[in-house]
Amino acid sequence: MNVRDVRSVRVVLPAHLRTLAGVHGEVAVQVEGDVTPRAVLDALESLYPTLCGTIRDRVTAQRRPFVRYFACEQDLSHDSPDALLPGAVAAGREPFIVLGAIAGG
Amino acid sequence: MSSVRLLVGTRKGAFILTSDAARRKWSVDGPQFAGWEIYHLKGSPANPDRIYASQSSSWFGQVVHRSDDGGKSWETVGNDFSYEGVPGTHQWYDGTPHPWEFARVWHFEPALDDPDTVYAGVEDAALFRSTDGGASWKELTGLRCNGTGSQWQPGAGGMCTHTILLDPSDSQRMFVAISAAGVFRTDDGGRTWQPKTKGLSSNFMPDQAAEVGHCVHRIAQHPDRPATLFMQKHWDVMRSDDAGESWVEVSGDLPSDFGFPIAINSNEPDTVYVVPIESDSVHYPPEGKLRVYRSKTGGGEWEPLTDGLPQEHCYVNVLRDAMDVDHLDPCGVYFGTTGGQVYGSPDGGDHWTPIVTHLPSVLSIEVQDLA
Repeated sequence: MNVRDVRSVRVVLPAHLRTLAGVHGEVAVQVEGDVTPRAVLDALESLYPTLCGTIRDRVTAQRRPFVRYFACEQDLSHDSPDALLPGAVAAGREPFIVLGAIAGG
Repeated sequence: MSSVRLLVGTRKGAFILTSDAARRKWSVDGPQFAGWEIYHLKGSPANPDRIYASQSSSWFGQVVHRSDDGGKSWETVGNDFSYEGVPGTHQWYDGTPHPWEFARVWHFEPALDDPDTVYAGVEDAALFRSTDGGASWKELTGLRCNGTGSQWQPGAGGMCTHTILLDPSDSQRMFVAISAAGVFRTDDGGRTWQPKTKGLSSNFMPDQAAEVGHCVHRIAQHPDRPATLFMQKHWDVMRSDDAGESWVEVSGDLPSDFGFPIAINSNEPDTVYVVPIESDSVHYPPEGKLRVYRSKTGGGEWEPLTDGLPQEHCYVNVLRDAMDVDHLDPCGVYFGTTGGQVYGSPDGGDHWTPIVTHLPSVLSIEVQDLA
């Protein structure tokens, strides 16, 4: 039997998505196996179904154009959704940050 | 005593305005969904406390909310608007093929007799229906796949199904309007659709009288005379008396026949309201005067309604879904502007007062008559 690790990953959401999900502050999601953006977001959407389609396109599952992924002071937005996130994220020491690209004037 | 509720969608949230039947004093509730674009809210004719709201954001996409208590509280429902099959392509702005991509819901139209059934007009243009209160959505493919879709093209605001009319005299008949494609009608409950554009002419097309490609901005229908339709097109105000089979121009003596909304007096099927806009280049009222024009003759002859509206230095627009009427007597008429003002007239347009003046840019207004 293949026993896979389950990690508790911290996720920081932008204010609008915290409101939509009905949460305050960081959220924690349980990720089984490799800790990748896809795995974290799958777990997030499973826990908060109202977030489906708001971070990733419903049809293509691609990151929405004005959404960014940061962690450990790195912009991971253009990495593969199946790339491993930094060890500090997998270990729960650092959050995986979802944020809206800045716009204004 | 009856009352009136206005559901106002804006660039930065939703507002609910309520008044008694006198329509002189209003309460303003909101913003709800603060910071999000609320393209449209609409209540069910069968249960006014059931309201659907289209919440949209360039950042976070489409969200749909449903209320069962008249907008006091909301529940997030389904937002999966997946086109059936291989969506194919429509024309892009430069005439090249462009794949169909869902962007947002422009308009909800709840069924006349069932609060759980609601139609959604979306961008890129298509029509969806839910029969479970918005939990799930299924495309009525006969519209997008009627054989003309590859010739549709976006207007400046996108390629959107923005008007849905449910014929009160025939449960199988519906009309939709699409920018920039035209008007389409179904007589079989949405299974098949036909363009209904005979008589339309659009000077931005190589063939000005082509069957599709017209930028229809809004159509309106009076329930007592369902075969008569009025249309505000990109240019031209039009009328059909045969359920869209043919259209004639009724712009008459309007100062400009460009504009977005069109509405019909609930008590007088031949009394029609438009808001002339100077041109598609500037998108503000002629001479900086905000004037609603009323025809009591079903078009052709129009009179300016100015009492209570700014008559100098006014450069706002009124968008296609931002005008509606109540069903009291006399008929109340309401509209919202891109400058965030909501104006109301409790006497069919003779006198106007600002109900609220500093909202975010108004995208839509729907009126509910409450017992």
